[in-house]
Amino acid sequence: MSFPKDFLYTKDHEWAQLSDNIVTIGITEHAQNSLGDIVYLELPEVDTNLNKGETFGLVESVKAASDLYSPITGRVIEVNKPLIEEPSELNHNPHSNGWLIKVEINNEAELNDLLTVADYEKLVNELA
Amino acid sequence: MLKKTALFEEHTKLNGKLVDFAGWNLPIQYTSVIDEHVTCRTKAGIFDVSHMGEFIVKGKYAKVFLNYLLTNDLSLISNGKAQYTLLCNRDGGIIDDLIVYQLLEDQFLIVVNASNIENDFAQFQKIYSENKTRWPEVEILNKSDQYTQIALQGPLAKEILQPLVNINLDEINPFCFVEKSALDIKNVIIARTGYTGSDGFELYLPWEGGPAVWQSILKSGTSSGLKPCGLASRDTLRIEMKYPLYGQEITLNTTPLEAGLVWTVKFNKEDFVGKDALIQQKSVGITKKLVGLELLQRGVPRTGYFIYSDSEEQNKIGYVTSGTHSPSLNTPIAIAYLDGEFTKLDSEVYIKVRNKLLPARVTKTPFYKKTKEQ
Repeated sequence: MSFPKDFLYTKDHEWAQLSDNIVTIGITEHAQNSLGDIVYLELPEVDTNLNKGETFGLVESVKAASDLYSPITGRVIEVNKPLIEEPSELNHNPHSNGWLIKVEINNEAELNDLLTVADYEKLVNELA
Repeated sequence: MLKKTALFEEHTKLNGKLVDFAGWNLPIQYTSVIDEHVTCRTKAGIFDVSHMGEFIVKGKYAKVFLNYLLTNDLSLISNGKAQYTLLCNRDGGIIDDLIVYQLLEDQFLIVVNASNIENDFAQFQKIYSENKTRWPEVEILNKSDQYTQIALQGPLAKEILQPLVNINLDEINPFCFVEKSALDIKNVIIARTGYTGSDGFELYLPWEGGPAVWQSILKSGTSSGLKPCGLASRDTLRIEMKYPLYGQEITLNTTPLEAGLVWTVKFNKEDFVGKDALIQQKSVGITKKLVGLELLQRGVPRTGYFIYSDSEEQNKIGYVTSGTHSPSLNTPIAIAYLDGEFTKLDSEVYIKVRNKLLPARVTKTPFYKKTKEQ
């Protein structure tokens, strides 16, 4: 299982990557692995304002449905539309092509609440 | 403490994702549900279904007793033939669905669902004890812990199994079986039955013979693309066929008429358990019926989701018993009970999928149809 070092993580098995004031959000390899074959995805529209902790979408696998929670507050500026047509890409490349949304943030301090790679790796290992 | 089948070590070796399935530690999947499903449809899959229960019923009056206990007509089968049938209570409610294999004129193998072994066995004994004087000396034995059951399913199942057995598999027709010495085992039942809708075989063998047979089939199938398949793909495969699963499509609160299984009820045979209630229901008519639904928008319907006749969520008309994303059709499908008036083909209804009402249409089943190549 891979844990990119330049990501921040949530307890809900999402990742966030900051670049300037833009945060890219996705689900982790552990998340896709637990869900199994992903067949359906719901993502917000561009310009949607998200609050930290708010549900912003849905991932459904053959086995289970799982809500997506925004790790930060901000405005959606880009949505990975091709992924909606090809949700299995989330199983194959959750940390790259399987990104979900890009959010413009206004309070970088919120990122301090997220887990570091070391914390997240520990969390996953405890679940195993 | 979860029970282990004889193949537990094999599943571990193959990295199966083991879960609690009706009290058994069984693989839900090995790699991917969709991949296993598609492999079973296009090549072949091998499943450990040893959790299923097996009863032996024998004696001079075994057949007449079973014909009273079960809804289908056993006089239609003979040695080497199998029959799908139902165990109903006096109200016509379904206690279980099962397969009867006629081993001999006076000896039967009955295969029941894992979760129902105790209930079924109790019903067999209860009905027998009420009729003992009519049909003396029928033995009912629960042999569930003594069998390994392996299902080999898929269009290539025959060519994978053929080199391992000294019988011509072409001679085993659907719903027929042979009991032979094969695969280094003195007595193995090779039946052309299954729960996937693809061609294939179910093998019944002594518990301890499991690992060797599992391994030799896997080895024989390597070049054909055979893969071990978990119970999740067994579920999506049977949903595509609208095969009922006990606890979902069929329960004590559903009858064979409602479940679309009236073909397994032979009203013209002599008395059987549930006959009066079912005749009564047949004359009055049913109020709900099991149908197939295809969703007209994306989403995944799941067990228990409610169904409405209108997009305002005013008129509840049914519920989903099983639903999934169909790997063969690449669309969402559901099996559902609907109130009578909405069950006509092409009727449009709305399924409440999470917080949305998604339009769906009553469609022909099975959802999956074999192509010629298969």
